[in-house]
Amino acid sequence: MRVLKSLLATAALATGLAGAAMAEDKTKVGFIYVGPVGDGGWTYEHDQGRKAVEAAFGDKVETVYVESVSESNAEGPITQMALSGVDLIFTTSFGFMDATVAVAEKFPNVKFEHATGYKQADNVSVYSARFYEGRAVQGHIAGKMTKSNIIGYIASFPIPEVIRGINSAYIHAKKVNPDVQFKIIWAYTWFDPAKEADAAKALIEQGADVILQHTDSTAPQAAAKEAGNVVTFGQASDMGDYAPFPRVSSIIDDWAPYYVARTQAVMDGTWESVSTWDGIGAGMVGIGEISDAVPAGVKAEAEALRDALASGEYHAFTGPLNKQDGSVWLAEGETAADYGDNGLAGMNFYVEGIDSEIPSN
Amino acid sequence: MDLGQINPILLLASLMVAATPILLAAIGEAVVEKSGVLNLGVEGMMITGAVVGFAIGVNTGAPSIGFVAAAFAGAALSMLFGVLVLYLKSNQVATGLGLTLFGLGLSALIGKPFEGIKAPTMAKYEVPLLSDIPALGPILFRHDPMVYVSLIIVALTWYVLARTRAGLILRGVGENHDAAHALGYKVIRVRLMAIAFGGACAGLGGAYISLVRVPQWVEGMTAGAGWIALAIVVFASWRPWRVLLGAYLFGGISVLQLNLQAAGVAIPVEVLAMSPYLITILVLVVISLRGNHGAPGSLGREFHATH
Repeated sequence: MRVLKSLLATAALATGLAGAAMAEDKTKVGFIYVGPVGDGGWTYEHDQGRKAVEAAFGDKVETVYVESVSESNAEGPITQMALSGVDLIFTTSFGFMDATVAVAEKFPNVKFEHATGYKQADNVSVYSARFYEGRAVQGHIAGKMTKSNIIGYIASFPIPEVIRGINSAYIHAKKVNPDVQFKIIWAYTWFDPAKEADAAKALIEQGADVILQHTDSTAPQAAAKEAGNVVTFGQASDMGDYAPFPRVSSIIDDWAPYYVARTQAVMDGTWESVSTWDGIGAGMVGIGEISDAVPAGVKAEAEALRDALASGEYHAFTGPLNKQDGSVWLAEGETAADYGDNGLAGMNFYVEGIDSEIPSN
Repeated sequence: MDLGQINPILLLASLMVAATPILLAAIGEAVVEKSGVLNLGVEGMMITGAVVGFAIGVNTGAPSIGFVAAAFAGAALSMLFGVLVLYLKSNQVATGLGLTLFGLGLSALIGKPFEGIKAPTMAKYEVPLLSDIPALGPILFRHDPMVYVSLIIVALTWYVLARTRAGLILRGVGENHDAAHALGYKVIRVRLMAIAFGGACAGLGGAYISLVRVPQWVEGMTAGAGWIALAIVVFASWRPWRVLLGAYLFGGISVLQLNLQAAGVAIPVEVLAMSPYLITILVLVVISLRGNHGAPGSLGREFHATH
């Protein structure tokens, strides 16, 4: 297959640039990013994964990327990348889902990997991380640290991944602090530092002393630092510049092992369409160091929770849990399934106690 | 839902902060367009101002020097546009778009070493006596100096445009450059100065985001503020006080909608999220319904001094 492709590529190049033929036996891996590589969060970590691929394979691989690709207009950049002879393309945002599937249909010989989505095809794999496991640890620390009992949450888009995070954080905050209340702001953006800062300020002005964010920039950290007494958590990346306070811990996405393994599979010709969803246990979700601003007892509890989630001994969604409308979701001891009607993959409801509504989309 | 959770004083105070970057960029662009030039590179000049202001602010430890540097950087970048458009007669729309792309790339390059660094804080300036007035004091008179500077720039712009000879010439050049040229005015020189002013203001607006509002450097951090500024100039009918109104409306509703969401008001979030755009456009259109609100006559047109 690859030989044939190389031949075709060489034939095509023969009419054009002769020099480019040197690249023919390299595996070319492309990345489509939703934000700039310097966002310090989500896209930054994907780019670290790209660099890990380069480091692992050296001369045998060539990587390309396009940053700040608009979710509503992603088909063009993805098509262009496929046309340029890339063997494997990672599209790294939920909103790229339909565009990825559409382009993949036109390029059956190119392998695609879509992050955080659910539409698989013969040449489209999906992969995601169980960020909600990290949210459970954050929720625990948040519930213990808040004095005002108001926790602010900067959400991005009302998609299952974000809703899972809110539910998981709420359940575990409520468990240690029954009086806790969540205030949720939908920013409708993954990356807009000024808006994220405004959202953080609005939450702080309304009494929140812990801010959880599901947007990609470090702006909320800066806003919390300025306010002085507000706790935050790093999102997607460690955001360690804001440690030990306001950032007391973080969720770190580690895509590097997955990207290296998938590139290897393409090189070996063993690539198959798969659905991967790994958590703390597999190392795809990391919990950033819990700083000394957190009391030692709380830190120990949070670490125990992290380890229980990693070993699989505890599931972040364990019954009894009711939905927001009071109906039973999970019975005593029951854990949430990944797929199905009430599964995590398509989660579109809040759990009981959250006083807010999910926007329709 | 509990509206009582929203503190109106804090809300109005943060309104002014949220609106200042757009206000600065928009007032500069209004002057550029009044002189008959359409510069779509506002976003590029803002982001360049943001990174240069941040870099200089961090290195000198003085945000005020950062702001001055940002103004110069914005003006310098705008001169690139000025020379291309005025002397080499390139297409204004294409050149402006190019300037935006160039500014975004340039700022990412300059900004690489500054990612994750914290900005020096800009002390609030409490206006003596006035800041002690209940309610009004915290809203209006306890801001960082740039908020006042932006208001002074708006007032001066209005005064110069409406009340001085220089403003009359600038408007004349924008309305009909051939007539202005026939009268002996230096069309290109006037426009070059207007473009430099617009660039400096955009640079200040960008630096306000990186030094005060966020405050840190993040690649692509202006995130479209320059385009909002361009829209506000049009909806404000190129008038300085309406630019102020438009920017404060937009900034105010942006902040208000976040507060309403946090307070759990039972308005669909989708409606709240689009409200800043809708209401700003609506209000300015309603105001413009009466009276003269046409664009400058020579806006975007090429000028040849030969005939």
